[in-house]
Amino acid sequence: MRTLRRTALLTSIVALAAAPLAGCGDDEPTSGEGGTTATNVTLKVSAATSLKTAMEDFGGGFTAARSSFSFAGSDELAAQIRQGVRPDVYAAASTKLPDALHAEGLLEEPVEFATNSLIVAVPAKGSKVATFDDLGDAGVKLAIGSDTVPVGSYTRTVLGRLPDATRKAIEGNVRSEEPNVSGVVGKLTQGAVDAGFVYASDVHAAGDALRVVDIPDELEPTVRYGAAVVKDAPHPEQARAFLDALKGPDGQFALQAAGLGPKP
Amino acid sequence: MSAGATARRAAFVAALVVALTVVVAFLTFPVVAIFVRSSPGALLDGLRDPSAQDALRLSLVCTSIAAAIIVVVGTPAAWLLATRRFRGRSVVITLVELPLVMPPAVAGIGLLAAFGPQGIVGRPLGDLGLQPVLTTAGVVTALVFVAAPFYLRQAQAAFEAVDRRWLDASRTLGAGELRTWLRVAIPVARGGLITGLALAWGRALGEFGATLMFAGSFRDITQTAPLAIYERFATDFDGALGLSAVLVSLSAAVLLTVRIVGRGAVVGGVRG
Repeated sequence: MRTLRRTALLTSIVALAAAPLAGCGDDEPTSGEGGTTATNVTLKVSAATSLKTAMEDFGGGFTAARSSFSFAGSDELAAQIRQGVRPDVYAAASTKLPDALHAEGLLEEPVEFATNSLIVAVPAKGSKVATFDDLGDAGVKLAIGSDTVPVGSYTRTVLGRLPDATRKAIEGNVRSEEPNVSGVVGKLTQGAVDAGFVYASDVHAAGDALRVVDIPDELEPTVRYGAAVVKDAPHPEQARAFLDALKGPDGQFALQAAGLGPKP
Repeated sequence: MSAGATARRAAFVAALVVALTVVVAFLTFPVVAIFVRSSPGALLDGLRDPSAQDALRLSLVCTSIAAAIIVVVGTPAAWLLATRRFRGRSVVITLVELPLVMPPAVAGIGLLAAFGPQGIVGRPLGDLGLQPVLTTAGVVTALVFVAAPFYLRQAQAAFEAVDRRWLDASRTLGAGELRTWLRVAIPVARGGLITGLALAWGRALGEFGATLMFAGSFRDITQTAPLAIYERFATDFDGALGLSAVLVSLSAAVLLTVRIVGRGAVVGGVRG
């Protein structure tokens, strides 16, 4: 009797734990639904964190293959490819990383498919930062990307264009260097920092939680997104179709709906 | 014994040996790879980087503080759990052990919800100027949260194994509860306590996800060695390997200590 009850308890615990997993499984095939082409192919796309909303939207409507995404800092994804990981498509928040991987013979010719703007984001309510000039004020807490991830490298470009004293004041207020842009957004939405350097699309995605503080025009970096088919990709044909569609009306619509800019 | 039975037994033993070989090979391979993937010189070069040294130092400081807090608060708590039967005891034990099986990301979210700037406790803490997010104190908070259950569990088991008669004898001889605990229970259980401490320290040393989410990553303030490894792996794989090698060596040293101390404890009579 006792054993029986224990078995029942165990079974229900396992079932409970497994339920969300089962749910995930059910969702998966729907991403390629509605297409006329065979969708037995699953395209693996390694994409920058800042592309999450846009890519998931676009991938849902892409019919030549089912697409499965891996989102992380563009630098991490590049490192994975250098370590021998072979996704079908690599989409980065810079052109520098795809160009470098192409030069190393790891990617086919990269294409530019989107732009974005670097901005300063502040929590919508009660931030100490109202303008760009406030970033160096005493007591202001900032989060930026680490220098290896594109968002962090753009941030350093901006800071590098400032007079020394201003730059040092702002750098002195940095409390966290995050491995990717969603780390910066998380610190902002949790109220852990007063401001952070992120992309315009991140503020778009965060809804009402964040507000934009513009970076003065003369400091603003050019943010271009490059993507390429990975050499020896398992599904090169579908990968090329994916990139074409990304540059086409569907892709551009999804990107702009997510707050990114059109291809340059 | 028939020839068939002998053959079956030999086959069974062979299967066991194969299983163990697979286990050992699989578990050892990544560890070995860290050391052989690049030259010892490159590993050392990675460690000469001042930010790598900062990360290691910060890791040692934070894990030591966390371990001290865990021992000071956890030892009496474990003693209570081990020696008293009270209503809701098993619920308490389950709650205390929950972080053991909690994904680090969940721990990070939970810590933010509780102690973050908008958290239940975090908001009043912030009003007092004690907000732990993005500070070294925040790292220690995360480490204590994920590592304490390892110590508590082990300490409770060690205290439960202490022979009641020794405690009774101590009380009969006139020692009070506190004295009995300090002079008899703790020394007898020390093997288990040290094992628990080592496991907790090892877990704290490896903590990554909750630290990143709750404390962020900033050199010399919150960037512990695992965070520094993560930052490096994209651009400086050798540097990441170098730091990893140090952490593996430290963890191995901890395990070795546990084995040696554990053996001593058996002689000392914890199992008695």
